[in-house]
Amino acid sequence: MYALEARNLVKSYPNVLAVDNVSFGVREGICFGLLGPNGAGKTTTVEIIEGVTPATSGEVYYQGEIAGRRFREEAGIQFQNTALQDNLTVMETLIMFQTLYDRQAHLDDIIEACSLGELLSRDNRKLSGGQRQRMLLAIALVNKPRVVFLDEPTTGLDPQARRNFWQLVQRIQNDGTTIILTTHYMDEAHVLCDEIAIMDEGKIIASGPPDELLQERYKGLIIELPIDNVKDDLAGIDHQTIEDLGIVEVLTEDIPGSLAALTPHLFDANRIKIRQANLEDLFLDLTGHSLRT
Amino acid sequence: MLKRILAIFKARNLEFIRDRGTMAWNILLPIALMAGLSLAFGGDGRTQYTVGVVQQAEVIDRAEHPFLETQYIRFVTVDDVAVAMRKVARHQLDLLVDFEEGNEYWVNPSSPKGYFVELALLQTDSLVNGSLQKSEIDGDAIDYVDWVLPGILGMNMMFSCLFGVGYVVVRYRKNGFLKRLRATPVRPLEFIIAQVASRLMLTMTITAIIFIGTHWALGTRMDGSYLLLLLIGLLGAVSLVSMGLLVASRVTSEELAGGLLNMINWPMMLLSGVWFSLEGAGQLVQSAAKIFPLTHILDAARAVILDGAGLADVWVSLAVLVAMSAVFLGLGARFFRWDPA
Repeated sequence: MYALEARNLVKSYPNVLAVDNVSFGVREGICFGLLGPNGAGKTTTVEIIEGVTPATSGEVYYQGEIAGRRFREEAGIQFQNTALQDNLTVMETLIMFQTLYDRQAHLDDIIEACSLGELLSRDNRKLSGGQRQRMLLAIALVNKPRVVFLDEPTTGLDPQARRNFWQLVQRIQNDGTTIILTTHYMDEAHVLCDEIAIMDEGKIIASGPPDELLQERYKGLIIELPIDNVKDDLAGIDHQTIEDLGIVEVLTEDIPGSLAALTPHLFDANRIKIRQANLEDLFLDLTGHSLRT
Repeated sequence: MLKRILAIFKARNLEFIRDRGTMAWNILLPIALMAGLSLAFGGDGRTQYTVGVVQQAEVIDRAEHPFLETQYIRFVTVDDVAVAMRKVARHQLDLLVDFEEGNEYWVNPSSPKGYFVELALLQTDSLVNGSLQKSEIDGDAIDYVDWVLPGILGMNMMFSCLFGVGYVVVRYRKNGFLKRLRATPVRPLEFIIAQVASRLMLTMTITAIIFIGTHWALGTRMDGSYLLLLLIGLLGAVSLVSMGLLVASRVTSEELAGGLLNMINWPMMLLSGVWFSLEGAGQLVQSAAKIFPLTHILDAARAVILDGAGLADVWVSLAVLVAMSAVFLGLGARFFRWDPA
């Protein structure tokens, strides 16, 4: 039995099919990533599951039953954009939200986990971007949730703040909490998620554990070349040109052989990069376009 | 359920109380208005005398009653003698005269203007028509400040309730705070009750402070029961808050909410008798004014404050307020929407 399951979700607006028959299941205790570019339908899908946006059709099951009041009591949600009440401090806001639930966590633990100790008396409006995200995560945890939704939690954060946030999410997951993460950062998904589903234009186009998805599709490594380093059309060499990124990629299991074949076609043999395939490559291959971030 | 309502209630109270600008505006505006009006109308600024004339017939022959030709006296036609007698008691009419039945007149012995108007009456009509029967009605004068105080408090309550709830709920909806609450176990009714309770407490506290402060500082009148006045204030505030919730139930734009609230505020302020009585207005206007809760609040409050009216005298106004609140709350809960979609 899945902790959470979406069955045939559809959400249509006039002239737009935002979610197109989406189904997936999330096992207890894992971090599940819903990936895709902006506008792919991730947030709408997750908000239907959260119960804040009604679906045109389809059902959501929590612990085997239609998601209802028990789900609201046991779910923690961090929205992409949430305004808080003015003139309230961090501590007052946490207490207010905690009181809304019968199921309650120890606030001290949350405050420590989210590093909010020095911010408790600060007005909500005076938090920085990273502090605010930690605060919103803390609100999502006040009811000791069994499942936590994180919608684009690190958008707008600097690299250090993102990494700190990742550590925090990993700590929550280590406690056995199921996490549903939506993000358009493929590196974030790779670091945090046990399983992912990639969405584009309202549909799920691939799903599974990230490494399995990559291993199934990519045998070997990728040699990456700037387009302006290539003299000709690389005739006879299997390659992929990505115009909008300005690069040429060659997937190969034989790095020395491929380098030898490529060198005569390059202006500068040192201007190359060898790397493993990642989720960005997978997305590009599946959709034919890069992430519109 | 109760703890969730209390949590939102407390948070909303803190949010408002710490918003010092809005808080100060809610308190200072009515005080400033009262101080200004007290200065302007505190003394006896009127120079004209006003006499009520009971008139059942189409016309009164003025040649038979030379008193009606007296200069500097404004004669107003009266068809309800009981109401007119109450106005004599309040010094709102300087004298009441009935030439049709019994040649009788009523005057307040403590009214200086009544004294002079009586002299004029006796000097003119009694010479022509023989003796007039005199009746005395006791009562203290009502200054404009006394009369307008309930109006100003009611107006402040109206702005506070309609904008303090309607506008704030729309802001919550627009900035996503309502959506965040929707993701919790809070039900719409719990949220609405918390908003109503919060605004009710704040509005009643502010109104009570201003009323007591004005009564103490300016010596304004209070002839009735404080408890009944409190009940009128409570039911009135509930009806106004409910009206604000109804307006805000679906609106997603603060600009639209402001426009809709002003569309209600201004006619209500003008027609409910905040600044002046509608007694001289047409029947249509007087009937239209009855659709506003503020009209019933002010009618009942003035009856208690100025006439010492009891529950039996104002129960109709209270019942109307209860009915209006039920309709507004019911529709508000029915149409309430958490998010802007």
